[in-house]
Amino acid sequence: MSFIKADKVSKSYGDNRVLERVSVNVEKGEFITIVGTSGCGKTTFLKLLLGTEKASSGQILLDGKPIPDEPNEDRGIVFQKYSVFPHLTAIENLMIAKELEISPFFGRSFGTTRTSIKEKSLEMLALVGLEQAADRYPHELSGGMQQRLAIAQALMKKPKILLLDEPFGALDPGIRKDMHKLILDIWKKTQVNIFMITHDIQEGFYLGTRLWVFDKTRHDPAAPNAYGATITYDIPVGQSNEEILSEIDESLEPSRKSLDRLEERV
Amino acid sequence: MKRLMNSHPSFPLKVFLGSIPFIITIIIYMWASDIRLEANPDDKLMPSMSKMSEAIDRIAFQPSKRSGEYLMLTDTLASLERLGIGIFISAIIGLVFGVLNGAIPFVRAKLSPYVTAISLVPPLAILPILFIVFGLGEVSKIMLIVIGVTPFLIRDMQAKTLELPFEQLIKAQTIGANTWQVIVRVILPQIMPRLLASVRLSLGTAWLFLIAAEAIASTEGLGYRIFLVRRYLSMDVILPYVIWIAFLAFLLDWLIRKYSEKRYPWFHTQS
Repeated sequence: MSFIKADKVSKSYGDNRVLERVSVNVEKGEFITIVGTSGCGKTTFLKLLLGTEKASSGQILLDGKPIPDEPNEDRGIVFQKYSVFPHLTAIENLMIAKELEISPFFGRSFGTTRTSIKEKSLEMLALVGLEQAADRYPHELSGGMQQRLAIAQALMKKPKILLLDEPFGALDPGIRKDMHKLILDIWKKTQVNIFMITHDIQEGFYLGTRLWVFDKTRHDPAAPNAYGATITYDIPVGQSNEEILSEIDESLEPSRKSLDRLEERV
Repeated sequence: MKRLMNSHPSFPLKVFLGSIPFIITIIIYMWASDIRLEANPDDKLMPSMSKMSEAIDRIAFQPSKRSGEYLMLTDTLASLERLGIGIFISAIIGLVFGVLNGAIPFVRAKLSPYVTAISLVPPLAILPILFIVFGLGEVSKIMLIVIGVTPFLIRDMQAKTLELPFEQLIKAQTIGANTWQVIVRVILPQIMPRLLASVRLSLGTAWLFLIAAEAIASTEGLGYRIFLVRRYLSMDVILPYVIWIAFLAFLLDWLIRKYSEKRYPWFHTQS
């Protein structure tokens, strides 16, 4: 049985159909990158996995059980920004994960417990290369360092799935390359399932084991929200080549055009 | 030459420029006071500087003939106590209900319309009710401040809680926090500096209600004194008192800001 199984998952907001009958299986340890034009359901699908949204019909199974419709420790998340707590230093941002576990009322630790939690957290901080910045607040860190911290924080509870919502979208290209190395490194070490949304097809093509393209298969110029998106390409990365890349790029053209039309109307 | 909008004064120049309006005000006052006093040496409306310093000396540095107290000190302590207790109670209520309203939709649905309705009642209109219910003692004065300030603080804290990025609340849940833990470890620590900022804003309102309550029923306090000596047209006492109140208000505001900057450095350096 598959580790994660989406069964005819649809999601609409009122008349706005976002996802349409998405059915897909994911095995343990896969690293999936998700691309698509804006408004085509990538983020909605991620939210369904995260549990902040509930499917309108169909269901997603994790380990054979329906995925809970609120966030929990099984699924770690890194957003594009605001992922770390601004009022805690880098090391405290990691320690809080363990502290919440051992101290239900105050969520804090003291004395020797604190020391041992701090040691473990320092190891994780070292994994993302931030041991020098342990006592700095997030606003004293660069954008790349903040995202490293957010990734480390998301891994503290050893989640089954790590969800990345355009995690490097706001970073410079050079730093983005370092982050790619980091995330591949972490994936190899932890074997966690990763779902990563990106708007950069190149990025999606060279990172991970599998590429999904979300797109609408039907377009109605008069009612752009009438049809939802589904997975139009599902290809193992590695067997990919330039030809497929340009083919995908072309296939997204109608969606981009309809988006442009929408913007013109606005 | 830089554009005017891009050139900034140096620090000493800033201090000098900032003091000009004050100096001009004092000069105009002294000039107008001189003219009036020349026409009528007994004029009480614009007392001279020497007259005012005499009054300050009498009321601040000489024990009162009747009670043996230093009146300005007694007044100041009485007023600050009322203001302090009132603001403190308001801040606690504002924090508790504001955060609960902001963090828990079920509480918000229940309380938010009620708070909005309450905040529309003009506090001075219910001052008579307070005097009837709580008597003319300290409680009714403190209650007026609490009633005047708390609805604003609750609504502001609720808004500030709702403004926290949802990403952080979700992140907290994915690392295992339950509702209570999200409140104590994510929301409260981030709301505290915002509460201090709101308290600074509400101090002006609190002073207004304090002086109004003292003016009507009191036996000491800054507001009481001003309204008492008004009967004798004692501008030589009223003017220094008003300046003293303004200075106290400034001092409180400054102290809270400094405390907040020291205690919550991450809040004040955020871009």
